Amino acid sequence: MKYITAISKEVNNMDNLVKQVLQRMDKWELKIRQFFGRLNISDRNRNNDGIIHPFRVIVNKEISDHVKSFRFIVLIAIIALTCLGSVYTAIHNIGSSIKPNDPEGSFLFLRLFTVSDNTMPPFFVFISFLGPLLGIGLGFDAINSEQTRGTLSRILSQPIHRDYLINAKFIAALTVISILFFALGFLVMGAGLIATGIPPTAEEFMRIVFFILLSIIYVSFWLNLSILFSVRFHQPATSALSCIAIWLFFTVFYTMIVDLITKPLTPSEFATAQQVFNYETIKINLLRILPSELFSEATTTLLMPSVRTLGPLTMEQVYGAIPSPLPLGQSVLLVWPQVTGLIAATILCFVLSYVSFMRREIRSR
Amino acid sequence: MVRDIIELSDLTKKYGSFAAVDNLNLTIRKGEIFGLLGPNGAGKSTTILMMLGLTDPTSGSVKVCGIDSTSNPIEVKKKVGYLPEDIGFYDDCTGLENLMFTARLNRIPYKEAMQKAGHLLDQVGLSDEVKKKTGKYSRGMRQRLGLADVLIKDPEVIILDEPTLGIDPKGVQEFLELVIQMRNEKELTILVCSHHLHQMQQVCDRVGIFVKGKLIAEGDINSLSQKLFSARPFMIEAGISHDSNVVSDSGGKVFKEEQLNDALKNINGVLSVNLENNVFQIGCSHNVAPEIAKAIVVSGAGLNFLYKKEYGLNEIYNRYFEGGE
Repeated sequence: MKYITAISKEVNNMDNLVKQVLQRMDKWELKIRQFFGRLNISDRNRNNDGIIHPFRVIVNKEISDHVKSFRFIVLIAIIALTCLGSVYTAIHNIGSSIKPNDPEGSFLFLRLFTVSDNTMPPFFVFISFLGPLLGIGLGFDAINSEQTRGTLSRILSQPIHRDYLINAKFIAALTVISILFFALGFLVMGAGLIATGIPPTAEEFMRIVFFILLSIIYVSFWLNLSILFSVRFHQPATSALSCIAIWLFFTVFYTMIVDLITKPLTPSEFATAQQVFNYETIKINLLRILPSELFSEATTTLLMPSVRTLGPLTMEQVYGAIPSPLPLGQSVLLVWPQVTGLIAATILCFVLSYVSFMRREIRSR
Repeated sequence: MVRDIIELSDLTKKYGSFAAVDNLNLTIRKGEIFGLLGPNGAGKSTTILMMLGLTDPTSGSVKVCGIDSTSNPIEVKKKVGYLPEDIGFYDDCTGLENLMFTARLNRIPYKEAMQKAGHLLDQVGLSDEVKKKTGKYSRGMRQRLGLADVLIKDPEVIILDEPTLGIDPKGVQEFLELVIQMRNEKELTILVCSHHLHQMQQVCDRVGIFVKGKLIAEGDINSLSQKLFSARPFMIEAGISHDSNVVSDSGGKVFKEEQLNDALKNINGVLSVNLENNVFQIGCSHNVAPEIAKAIVVSGAGLNFLYKKEYGLNEIYNRYFEGGE
């Protein structure tokens, strides 16, 4: 009997607790609703009659088109499967990857994104490889498919500014990519949390968020390149093929060409340190034309805090340095040029496509 | 109140040295159906694009409803509905969804747009196909959906570019009736571009003939034909046959035709006679068809047909477009 009363007391307590939690959740819900309600009122895009700004209408439509399209589902499936594979291998090898006295020992969580046992590339390599494909897949027929379907002149004869269409295409694809990457990144983190039982530190979390943002910028570069081609070429097939050609050129052939160029410049074994330094600088700067090189430099720095430099270093510079990981601020500072370069390339592509779209004559079909 | 709703003055569009539209002056009054006729590549579509501000004129000005299309295309596009040549829809959306998209681009509130879309689909006879994806629509259905799409924003002017292209004759008939009905109901001004003369003859109040970037004639069809062919005589065609019941002797054929020729020439009012493939082309100052029939019958030849040539749009067209394409 004593036990029963004790149990019933416990149950009552639990009940109360649940009720309290529920009440608190209700309060939060109300607060969130109020917050969003206020947002809606202050939102100049929406007024009381349920009229949505035309720009939003196009963006909404584009997003739903992307999400419903078979192409996007295939792309997501590829990316999700490869990520699953790489995370699986990472979780398996995470224990053996840490050596004693490793300066990165404290950043166990980041290893989820970088560790592999050489059977499968790690997460961030997959993103640098498949990201372009995603960007190209979402953008290569942005404008020219509207043209071939004959919807371009119909939309542009509605009372909207012409740049709404191209901006909306970009924003919609960017939204889809961002949501996808954040979801993927957080899912990987969740999987790691369950598998290792170690929660990420605030710094690790921030590093991962920066990494995701960087991936989004990288993919949006390819997205804008493919939008540019979709404005320039009238056939979607042509623009898709040229995008893929550029992607292949950058990933496969460009490094070969750089090798060819730099081979005759290779300093002899008796060369001075300055000569070797110059040679290495030339080589790395040639490689840095590649967006994928910029991306991988930036991601390695962000995900491996022990990376202290991205170019050749002299012994003098290293002398006296303590082999410890860099703080987040310093890592971000280190990759600032790379990030700027990526953003600049992205904006350049967008501006080119914007200008050529605005200037062009809209014919039906 | 008659008011000029579209005013084009000295409009010129050049692609390099080629002038697609050359010094075009045209005014279209409120409430009329104006047909812009011309062969392919005459610059009709370019003119329309300039009216909508989708391309900039090299020189000259376009005003629609008193608004300059080049500097203020958005205001113009609010008032003008444009049905492009071979209109396209999002094939994986239904007809209703396509209409709703246009409606919401025009800032029509959701509920009102739903009502309007339903009503318009009913009017163009597509209410049974609302749930069908536009990818499965036939050409005629797409064109009718296009008309609904144009009308959903309550335009003052609608511009139809080759609206009857690729539709079967019955579909064309229905479509044109629909256009006239819409005009009468909503007091629209309609500009139709086409190279299908007969269809335009049925619907247009006025036509303009447009060749190589120039408007060479303008007016209603009667006044056009009068203007062009007033100097020309009547043309009567007579097809004859000489067979069977006519008793023929050797060489009689040639003799008979010459005889008939003379007989025809002797009729009062006949100016010229021309024989080609058993068809007489007879030019005369007034209608002498009865006398001609009589002469042919008397000569013993069989009369296959007797036809007074009308100067319709076709002749006007041929007259202008010789070598136009």
